[in-house]
Amino acid sequence: MRITMTVDGTKYTDDVEPRMLLVHYLRERLGKTGTVVGCDTSNCGACTVHLDGHSVKSCSVLAVQADGCEVTTIEGLARDGRLHPVQQAFHDNHALQCGFCTPGMIMQAVDLLADNPDPDEQAVRQGLEGNLCRCTGYQNIVRAVRDAAQKMSPGAGPEAEQVADETAEATKLSRAEVQS
Amino acid sequence: MIPAAFDYQAPTTLDDAVRILADAGEDAKVIAGGQSLLPVLRMRLAAPTVLIDLSRCAELRGVREDGGSLVIGAMTTHYDVQGDHLVREHAALLAMATDTVADPQVRHRGTFGGSLAHADPAGDLLAPALALDCEFVVAGMDGRRTVAANEFFVDYFTTAMAWNEILCEVRVPKYTGWLAHYEKFNRVAQAWSIVGVAAALRVDGSRIAEARVGLTNMASVPVRARGVEDALVGEEATPESIRAAAEHAAEGTSPTADGDGDAEYRTQLAKVLTGRAVTAAMTA
Ligand SMILES: Cc1cc2nc3c(=O)[nH]c(=O)nc-3n(C[C@H](O)[C@H](O)[C@H](O)COP(=O)(O)OP(=O)(O)OC[C@H]3O[C@@H](n4cnc5c(N)ncnc54)[C@H](O)[C@@H]3O)c2cc1C
Ligand code: FES
Ligand code: FES
Repeated sequence: MRITMTVDGTKYTDDVEPRMLLVHYLRERLGKTGTVVGCDTSNCGACTVHLDGHSVKSCSVLAVQADGCEVTTIEGLARDGRLHPVQQAFHDNHALQCGFCTPGMIMQAVDLLADNPDPDEQAVRQGLEGNLCRCTGYQNIVRAVRDAAQKMSPGAGPEAEQVADETAEATKLSRAEVQS
Repeated sequence: MIPAAFDYQAPTTLDDAVRILADAGEDAKVIAGGQSLLPVLRMRLAAPTVLIDLSRCAELRGVREDGGSLVIGAMTTHYDVQGDHLVREHAALLAMATDTVADPQVRHRGTFGGSLAHADPAGDLLAPALALDCEFVVAGMDGRRTVAANEFFVDYFTTAMAWNEILCEVRVPKYTGWLAHYEKFNRVAQAWSIVGVAAALRVDGSRIAEARVGLTNMASVPVRARGVEDALVGEEATPESIRAAAEHAAEGTSPTADGDGDAEYRTQLAKVLTGRAVTAAMTA
């Protein structure tokens, strides 16, 4: 079946088998191996991407179901060689050890901050409920997300604001596309 | 893990979906959010010949008012139910139970109708739907019919729908001004209910005037805790009256034993959680 989707800003058209999972399409056809498979049982969240502006587990979506949609992966977050504030915050706060859960954690954190720009600790833990980490014990992950929230908040300083604007713009864009 | 091969159809109207399903035969399956079905297909526990994707049928999505009822389209996602102001105002119990389902990613894809059609006794939306006397509107080749909640759930993963029928919407009577709470017990994040209790109360003055209580995972189908309801009505909600009413919680249930607990444990949980649910609803 022929499908067309926009992934990280680039439009792709491909013939795929209906049974192909979105995560396999991203990794094996498009070479976007930043999105990983952790469990294959829909539990771990390592494969999280944004589909039309909302986080989903890409191992639990068929590629054909994403036909006509906009997909953002971990590889589409950085701008002009500069990390997204959530990526930067994971780096700054040592929020990863082996790094396997990190792409999914970051994609889910970005989704969480779009819905709730200033989550308290409890809200971060709940928002990341669908993402498992076997290494860190989550403490630094929670710290990183709250750090990113602060850096992205309006008035947090000229550089942060610039990045925050871009993020807000990107979120608005994808949310607007959902509605159109 | 990769599912066995299947044909894929994505009709844009319910009529087309019903016709495609009838033509494709008993080995076809509809797919809603896919959050229960795709894991099953990946593990090859099922191998339908045709998947009929309902997600392009716009008419199946969204919440509207119809007189004294809300009408929730089967393809409305958990995320959209959570954020819907009509559901929050007139059927708060459903919104609260939906908040406890899975995790944000699953709630972005999984649907209200898919959860009910799937009929997993540990699913969190069944007991609230039963307690609130929802009606299930089902479409087939001969048109639509309406099934009452107490007839819809038949057994483990089994509903009153025939293989060639599609759940299109659920009608929820309005419970405006009722107090509600869904108390779910599980041990780890994003886990299913070991037991859950759905409670909705109408309070008049200082007394409980009406009570609706449903139980999750206390039998092969959701169960209405009639004994609790009867004991609560007419009472003032004191710790004593709530505790006394909650003692009736496990009446008429047949809980399973599994790795999460045996029947005795679930029986005890049902009583404790009923007390918590009623107390939380009263103090909401
Ligand atoms: C990690 C994880 C954790 C979860 N935790 C919970 C939880 O705590 N509580 C909970 O309640 N649920 C939980 N779920 C399940 C989730 O709520 C699913 O969304 C739901 O069970 C199925 O909805 P769906 O739209 O994805 O349906 P699908 O997976 O698409 O379909 C499920 C079944 O219903 C049938 N079906 C779907 N829609 C219709 C229709 N309109 N008419 C007729 N038949 C239909 C399909 O043919 C299929 O057999 C969890 C899922 C995952 C992956
Ligand atoms: S690989 Fe998708 S949830 Fe684990
Ligand atoms: S850093 Fe290793 S799983 Fe999270």
